[in-house]
Amino acid sequence: MDEEFEQLTVPPDGRSPAEQPRWRQDFPIDWPQDEYLSRREFIKFLLLTSAAFSAGQLWFLVANFLRQREAAATAQVIARVDDVPVGGSLIFKYPAEDSPARLLVRVDENNFVAYEQQCTHLTCPVIPHVDVGELHCPCHEGVFDLLTGRPLAGPPRRPLALVTLEIREGNVVATGIEKRTV
Amino acid sequence: MKRKSRFARSQRMTIASGILFIVVIIIILQLWLFTATMNAYLGGDTAILWPAAIASLVCLGLNGGLLWYLYGLEK
Repeated sequence: MDEEFEQLTVPPDGRSPAEQPRWRQDFPIDWPQDEYLSRREFIKFLLLTSAAFSAGQLWFLVANFLRQREAAATAQVIARVDDVPVGGSLIFKYPAEDSPARLLVRVDENNFVAYEQQCTHLTCPVIPHVDVGELHCPCHEGVFDLLTGRPLAGPPRRPLALVTLEIREGNVVATGIEKRTV
Repeated sequence: MKRKSRFARSQRMTIASGILFIVVIIIILQLWLFTATMNAYLGGDTAILWPAAIASLVCLGLNGGLLWYLYGLEK
């Protein structure tokens, strides 16, 4: 293909430029070149998309750095054992007053469990159903196991963040937070 | 005087289509990497953050290199 042909407009009907109607001769559109430029510009746009994903990955690094700078969770008394009846629950803030809400549930006479109250799908508050051993998210019908916090049904895929507990001298004490992927 | 490209226009079109296909595949890979990293980050698994960021930057470099190559064909 010689250079002269490359510079010519290629009409969509494939006929020579001299055979084209007058309007097309006056306002020729080089369709092959137009399609080529469209693809090239689309690739350029996709490069921006790629850069956005990379920026998002770097944001995770920054967010993780900031999260590590936060003070580690310390042991705190949440409630007295006698304050929560069997099958009852209590909402508390831990480790700080501006922390997300946590949910303490007394599953039987001697055992308590505590989780972050936000559903791992879209952060709606979960509601304990101790009689069936589940935590229920009413927004999208997510269900978590009460004893482990792992998802049983619905859109959530990650377990609820676990608040580790100890019983000390008749008090329920939160000792830390354990985020989990499985 | 404008230098002629070493590829004919129809060949450049084919190359552009091929590059577009590869770039789309790489971006789908980046999308998967991003969602997997977000899931790990929200679950407290931070070991994956650096490797994922480096892999995503490598993908960005590949995409940039392909676009640079495409512009190079027109010179």
